[in-house]
Amino acid sequence: MTALQIHQKLQAFLGSSSILSADLGAKQPWVELSADHLLPVCQHLHQTPSLHFDFLHSLSGVDEGLEKNTLLVVYHLSSLIHEHQLVLKVRIPRPQEGQEPSQQIPSVSSVWRAADWHEREAFDLLGIPFSGHPDLRRILLPEDWEGHPLRKDYETGDEYHGIKIDY
Amino acid sequence: MSNDIFPTPTGIRSKVTPVFFPEHQMAIYKRLEDKHTTVEVENDPLGTKMILNLGPSHPATHGVLRIVLEIDGETIVKAVTDIGYLHRGIEKIAENKTYQEFMPYTDRMDYISPYANNVAWCLAVEKLCGIEAPRRAQYIRTIACEMARISSHLLWLGAMVMDGGALSMFLWTFRERENLYDIFDKLAGVRFTVSHSRIGGVAFDISDEVVEDIKNWNLKFRKELADWRKMLAGNPIWVNRIKDIGVLSKEKAIELGITGPNLRASGVAHDLRTFEPYLVYDEVDFDVVVREEGDCLARFFVRMDEMAESIKILDQLLDQLPEGDIRVDNAKQTYPSKTEVYYSMEGMIHDFMMTDVGVMPPEGVEIYHAIEGSKGELGFHLKSDGTGSPWRAKINPPSYRNLQALEYLMEGATIADTVVIIGSLDPVMGDCDK
Repeated sequence: MTALQIHQKLQAFLGSSSILSADLGAKQPWVELSADHLLPVCQHLHQTPSLHFDFLHSLSGVDEGLEKNTLLVVYHLSSLIHEHQLVLKVRIPRPQEGQEPSQQIPSVSSVWRAADWHEREAFDLLGIPFSGHPDLRRILLPEDWEGHPLRKDYETGDEYHGIKIDY
Repeated sequence: MSNDIFPTPTGIRSKVTPVFFPEHQMAIYKRLEDKHTTVEVENDPLGTKMILNLGPSHPATHGVLRIVLEIDGETIVKAVTDIGYLHRGIEKIAENKTYQEFMPYTDRMDYISPYANNVAWCLAVEKLCGIEAPRRAQYIRTIACEMARISSHLLWLGAMVMDGGALSMFLWTFRERENLYDIFDKLAGVRFTVSHSRIGGVAFDISDEVVEDIKNWNLKFRKELADWRKMLAGNPIWVNRIKDIGVLSKEKAIELGITGPNLRASGVAHDLRTFEPYLVYDEVDFDVVVREEGDCLARFFVRMDEMAESIKILDQLLDQLPEGDIRVDNAKQTYPSKTEVYYSMEGMIHDFMMTDVGVMPPEGVEIYHAIEGSKGELGFHLKSDGTGSPWRAKINPPSYRNLQALEYLMEGATIADTVVIIGSLDPVMGDCDK
């Protein structure tokens, strides 16, 4: 199925106004959704037989910088049977340090279990809040690490348990 | 070490008193509790239940993988994987390096097959910038990638058979790896962390001597491989040790996002070399090895047969090797040749500019490119901000994805099986922890 057909199917499912933006002519066609629509869309993509996106290749968090002040999550999906691919994007405002995030991204680990560790990594390194994740704790860094290193405004601390950090 | 923030979970109080990094430890024990109600060590009249800590530094964990197991006698009730002991933050490093400068770091990710990582990075950057390397360079890369695959599978074979209790295999596979290193030495000037690939081509041309060497080694190695396969597949001790252990069904493997030989051992014929061919894989003839069983034995056979397929690919590539340039002839996209640098002013300036800022992809471009590494899908998600270094470089390593299956595979297995299950998944922690 081509990107255009997938896009039309999504439009039929969601209504055209719910797709925030899309680039179907790009090398890797992508569709941007709002965080509220992510989970139903993912379930639809996974369960509809003609779409059948059964494989999550990658899930990456991106800090879009202090000017835009948003965090982006990019999902790379493909269907092993139909051999088509799709990129989903979801954007949320950057949560302020020490405050409850105003918006969370729903976890898709119930759809693809592969998302479990990827979401933990995005939470660990970028501080992206995922709602409904079964076990959202840090994965690569220790539990008591301060800050999220891949944020553009991250500043390294002086030491960690007596180990000097900044060289 | 109980306090208000991390109260000691009920039930495991008598067994667990973490001293080092208590917050981290308690989070993991808490996870053991969360997963299935409580750990009821108290209601254990026979005294068979306990928490066992495997790793992070244990010969069977292939690096620094840590697994916390709750066991009942010999059987594992539940398992929690703890990774990150080799985390070096190379995604953060990538944001502060030029694209070419980051190459040596990729060597140190999956340090068992460094060449494949270089190529994965180069292909991703080339896709980002719209560069296409010349055909001869593509051939050299493909040849070296297949050699890296064999080298990686050889280490896996030696280590897994050693995990199973047979030590001599390790020495034999390392003898062959040594021969491969010698070839890499002649090809790239470096034995191990090669960094031979360049954005837009490769650093040096492959000489006729190296081509001959690979051919000769190939002839000897295929006999060795056939012998090993016969010896191991016909050995009831080895086969019974790994048969029906760590079974991963087809549906579960896809759901968990397993890639590479582990996925193909579960009956899914997914190989990026044929799914979306990169380099020159569409010009060679080879089979995607698939097994249906999904157990450790299937994973063993898949990798053994994949090595044989790699030999087949190498044979064809060496015969078809075209003549031509090894780097793009455009000094804005790649390093100029050394002759140009030494004998022309422009060449020298271009060389300086390449080292200083490197290639600059258009602003806002974003791509994901993956190759079939020896352990599975190795992908890079790159986002450019128009400067010489990436705005974001997300690495999607195969070991990270494959290790997600560990918790699932461990539950219900016995302690002795953990060793072969880890061995059969073939994780490399440098790859997993980034």
